[in-house]
Amino acid sequence: MSTAIHLAFSEVWRNRGRFLLFSLVVAMITLLVLFIAALGEGLGSGNREYLQKLNADLLVYQDTAQLNIASSSLERSLLRTVAGVEGVADAGPIGFSSASIVLREVSDAEPLAETDLYDVSLIGVEPGKPGEPPVVAGEQLQRRSDSAVIIDGTVASVTGLQVGDAFKVRSILGSREERYDLVVGGITASRKYGLRGSVFVPYLEWDRIMPRAMVVSEQGELSCNIIAVQLQDPSRIEAMQNLLTERIVRIDAVDRTTAYENTPGYREQQSTLMTQNGFALIIGALVIGGFFQIQTLQKVPQIGMLKAIGTSNGIVAVAAMVQILLTTVTGIAIGALVTVGVASVFPANVPIIFELRSGAMAVGALLLMGPIGGLAAIRYSLRVEPLTALGLGP
Amino acid sequence: MTQALEVKSVVKTYKSGAGTVNAVDGVSFDLRRGEFVALVGPSGSGKTTMLAMLAALLRPTSGSVSIDGQELGSMSQRERAAFRRRKIGFTFQDNNLVSYLTALENVELMLRLNGEFDAKNRKRARELLVILGLEERLNVLPRQLSGGQQQRVAIARSLVNQPTLVLADEPTASLDSERAVQVVETLAELVHEQNRAGIMVTHDLRMVKYADRIIQMLDGHVERIISPDDDLTCLADPDACRMVPMDVLGLESAT
Repeated sequence: MSTAIHLAFSEVWRNRGRFLLFSLVVAMITLLVLFIAALGEGLGSGNREYLQKLNADLLVYQDTAQLNIASSSLERSLLRTVAGVEGVADAGPIGFSSASIVLREVSDAEPLAETDLYDVSLIGVEPGKPGEPPVVAGEQLQRRSDSAVIIDGTVASVTGLQVGDAFKVRSILGSREERYDLVVGGITASRKYGLRGSVFVPYLEWDRIMPRAMVVSEQGELSCNIIAVQLQDPSRIEAMQNLLTERIVRIDAVDRTTAYENTPGYREQQSTLMTQNGFALIIGALVIGGFFQIQTLQKVPQIGMLKAIGTSNGIVAVAAMVQILLTTVTGIAIGALVTVGVASVFPANVPIIFELRSGAMAVGALLLMGPIGGLAAIRYSLRVEPLTALGLGP
Repeated sequence: MTQALEVKSVVKTYKSGAGTVNAVDGVSFDLRRGEFVALVGPSGSGKTTMLAMLAALLRPTSGSVSIDGQELGSMSQRERAAFRRRKIGFTFQDNNLVSYLTALENVELMLRLNGEFDAKNRKRARELLVILGLEERLNVLPRQLSGGQQQRVAIARSLVNQPTLVLADEPTASLDSERAVQVVETLAELVHEQNRAGIMVTHDLRMVKYADRIIQMLDGHVERIISPDDDLTCLADPDACRMVPMDVLGLESAT
């Protein structure tokens, strides 16, 4: 083993320019793979973050909506029915719409340019009920009809709003533009939905300011898109799912993961990014394989000589594998450092999130691709006949 | 002198088209420790194939090759690789050295391969290079050495493990006359001094004078075994020295 390592390190050190150049190629591939992984995480998180962090075990939809939140409409009376099912600890309505925060001081009559606006998800929740996020600064929502709202960390960092600040939101009602005054009552951690930062508004206030495309029932009853349900025993999700759909007609009940995986475009987006990452990894494996294959072809007479003087196939294989790992690990380390550097100068609104798990998985896949790519070269070097040293090889 | 190598009725057959060709055909000879032999013959005479069998790189089709009393034909591939490390030293025509190891590291590589990389053996490696006039070039890579210096490093490597048999395949092929003489003279001296058995395959008949015996191969068999003090005319033109069969001359043998 020590002889193999000695041979591997000596060759790398005495040809360090060539190996460093190749490590830089691996670093570029690492940069690409990590950025695609971070983009996947950023876009995925931007779509699912609110639902993923939701303080609820089940989400109830209108059955015909096919788990599409925008298409789901549930009457408020249903909320009481859901909350009354045995095993349900609490239930809260959630309504989703969009609006824009006005970024500068303007009079109500002054026209707004696109640069004056920051689009947000306007989410109506019941104070103290499932759906309302916990604040990290300020206070929770107090009353059902109140202009004090909770903004998430993304909105806070982009707009610079702080607890106690007043701001305006613009809402489109049919062809008319309306502006509403709100106050930041609390700030919660980032809870993006629909790739936008979120503003959590007390339900009745949300109903007042949301775009009027929202369906209102014939009886004039308030509606919501979905109902967030907390269970008395969160381990009984499946049983409660069945119980709710048996007891209440025309609803679907699903867990949070199913909910965000069914948000429009989520699966397609994630599978596209995973495919891109897969291709990047395959290209990486081919590049590494190609490099070591060419290097092995150039070294055939030397490998033959080494075998002729008694070097075992094991030493030849281990030396090659050590070189592959050394080059790959160096490249990945350089690539990861460059990624961290580049990421630190990216603007906050670019949906890139370097998450430990997905980053570790990408690095693990990169580490695997080196040996996989180099397998053909190792196999080739094992098949070199020592007779080539005497010019007798095949 | 004890016997180092015994070659008995060795035949090596290759498939060629529909038939077979005997590259080596019934060769027998032996070699004692302290003896340096030149194996000569024209291209295609079978000397390199013979060398490959002596080096445990090829198995004979029939016959046997024994070094230090150990028959090579019965060994597995792994056993033969281990045997080469311990008992055989090599000098090749070219691609002799590992390009990314220094002269000293190339010699020490044999010690590493045999698990004998200790201070005493490392000292011997250094001493061998000094004996070969390379004391100033110990830490130099092969590309910075001349052809003759590279061959001398290879000679040091072939001897550092104190092998029974030292094999040299055309060691002077890429050298000028002066360097070729230096290399062969040094190799012969070290084989004698260190009591190894040495075989040098060569085309260059000027080098055979440094050998104790000359084995000439022709068409796969041993044509003659002579001393450098004998008449060497037939080495240069073996066909001219062949006896012409009497029936070709139209004479009947007297029986």
